[in-house]
Amino acid sequence: MFGYILRRLLSAIPVLVIVAVLVFLMLRFTPGDPAAVIAGDNASSEQIALIRNRLGLDQPVLTQFTIWAGNLLTGNLGESFFFKKTIAELIASRIEPTLSLAFATILIAVVVAIPLGVLAAYRHGSWIDRIVMGFSVLGFSVPVFVIGYLMIYVFAITLGWFPVQGYQPLSQGFGGYVQRLVLPSLTLSVIYIALIARMTRASVLEVLNEDYIRTARAKGQVERKILFRHALKNAAVPIVTVVGIGIALLIGGVVVTESVFAIPGLGRLTVDAVLARDYPTIQAVILLFSGVYVGINLLIDLAYSLFDPRIRY
Amino acid sequence: MSAEPTILAPVVAERPASRRRIFGRLLRNPSVAIGGFVLVVMTLIGLLAPVLGTLDPTAINPSTRNKVPGFERTIRADDGSTSVFKHRMGTDSLGRDVYSRVVYGARVSLMIAVTVALASVAIGLVIGLVAGYIRWLDGPIMRVMDGLMAIPGILLAIAVVSLFRAGLAAVVIAIIVPEIPRVVRLVRSIVLSVREEPYVEAAIMAGTRVPALMARHILPNTVAPLIVQGTFIAASAILVEAILSFLGIGIPPETPSWGNIMAEGRNLFRVFPHNILYPGIFLGLTVLAVNMLGDGLRDTLDPKMADR
Repeated sequence: MFGYILRRLLSAIPVLVIVAVLVFLMLRFTPGDPAAVIAGDNASSEQIALIRNRLGLDQPVLTQFTIWAGNLLTGNLGESFFFKKTIAELIASRIEPTLSLAFATILIAVVVAIPLGVLAAYRHGSWIDRIVMGFSVLGFSVPVFVIGYLMIYVFAITLGWFPVQGYQPLSQGFGGYVQRLVLPSLTLSVIYIALIARMTRASVLEVLNEDYIRTARAKGQVERKILFRHALKNAAVPIVTVVGIGIALLIGGVVVTESVFAIPGLGRLTVDAVLARDYPTIQAVILLFSGVYVGINLLIDLAYSLFDPRIRY
Repeated sequence: MSAEPTILAPVVAERPASRRRIFGRLLRNPSVAIGGFVLVVMTLIGLLAPVLGTLDPTAINPSTRNKVPGFERTIRADDGSTSVFKHRMGTDSLGRDVYSRVVYGARVSLMIAVTVALASVAIGLVIGLVAGYIRWLDGPIMRVMDGLMAIPGILLAIAVVSLFRAGLAAVVIAIIVPEIPRVVRLVRSIVLSVREEPYVEAAIMAGTRVPALMARHILPNTVAPLIVQGTFIAASAILVEAILSFLGIGIPPETPSWGNIMAEGRNLFRVFPHNILYPGIFLGLTVLAVNMLGDGLRDTLDPKMADR
């Protein structure tokens, strides 16, 4: 068991190294001179040379990569040219809203999607099933920002239940924090609910045909317990997997949702960095998000082997 | 073609009949029929844009800025005669007619959907065949694909866009790149399972060369899954274009696209929600139709994938 965990942990390292190399190479493939782009249109050639020197662009590519990777490993993410701060500081100041949004979204999605999926599977072919499946296809078809603006229009502008936009840190009071988090996390959870509900339905549907479900029914177990204890438990692996895979959707959605609701988080930082062509920041944010994505999926994988006795490698 | 007449003959003879049957079965599938119908309508709207009562979608008119849907404007022609034009979907903050922009926007979205789907399937197919068939390249190729897939799709697209000058080509490339690894994985897994099949082993034993082996025995197995995958890629391409344009890093505003019409409507959304509402409806409807088409195609062409 310990050997498996260790092997699995080690196997994530090459993936992250490749991500780092890809992200690094992207900057090299930029058409034109990144230093000139960063310096702006009115820069003199001395200024461009200075930036090139500071970025280390005047050195061989391999040396550049070694220096950059070495800095990464020691936790030095570099410095943002646009925000004039170290990237570590930038990320630290932007992380709270993003984490809050992500957690709230996952919570809403799991609480709503799993019962919906179980219900749809249980009433397979009924109108409930059709509605859940219809909602799921619809959820995949409407862009996050359209859902966001619809929410703002209905719940903030017309009904006035929530503030239109903005974010309030937790340290300034719990009420305002939650109030400003409701609409963005509802918005972001739509696509996630669609994904999880669909997978829950498919997976529970498969399990419901198993012999042990018939046995449970035969011995007179109540339906609710059959569904949530026998069926859902055995259907859990694909559901948890899709929650993990959905993190990629969630990260993409964070970028858009934060822009719609004017939330000063990492997603907004990503867009600002791209608009300003702030390459060091773009690299760092992509690495961070990819690391989180790979890390969460690794944890989920490990969790199976710990909790599901059927899975042994 | 005469190398293996005994093997090819029955296959060739059966084909026309089975093709017709598949086509008929497809049309009877309600998802395919509804999705296909909506897409045909959208394509017609895009193609016929100039004759659908539109104005020049790029014409800026300071006197009609921010008008609500239904606003009527009097247009004076050169010869002095006047006509009344009704802005069915209102105007944006530069006075452009939103209806015309939405109708012309269908062109960009549909073009991107088709281009991205075809290109990512073609590129992914080639890489996937190479990875699945040439053993020593399998490892390196798949590690790079794993790396690409570890970067969340929209982030990867944003990163690629940031490398180029904003424009249609940059957006198309940015949407293709994150889709390729998924196609490669699919194709590779099909190749790996098919090459163990007795008929492929028999063909190899009979001395069939690699190109012929690919074309006759391996490629046909990838067609149905790739059609399904390509459809879903088309749906996601429309969405990603809209998202990139909406974030201000997609199609430049001179070319109307559903995404950049909505991006333009962001600032005044509280007062004039129609700038986001109408393009949003068109976009949602189109993506929904593509997704339904994909679901229907999957159920009909590729029953093994149906419950996934």
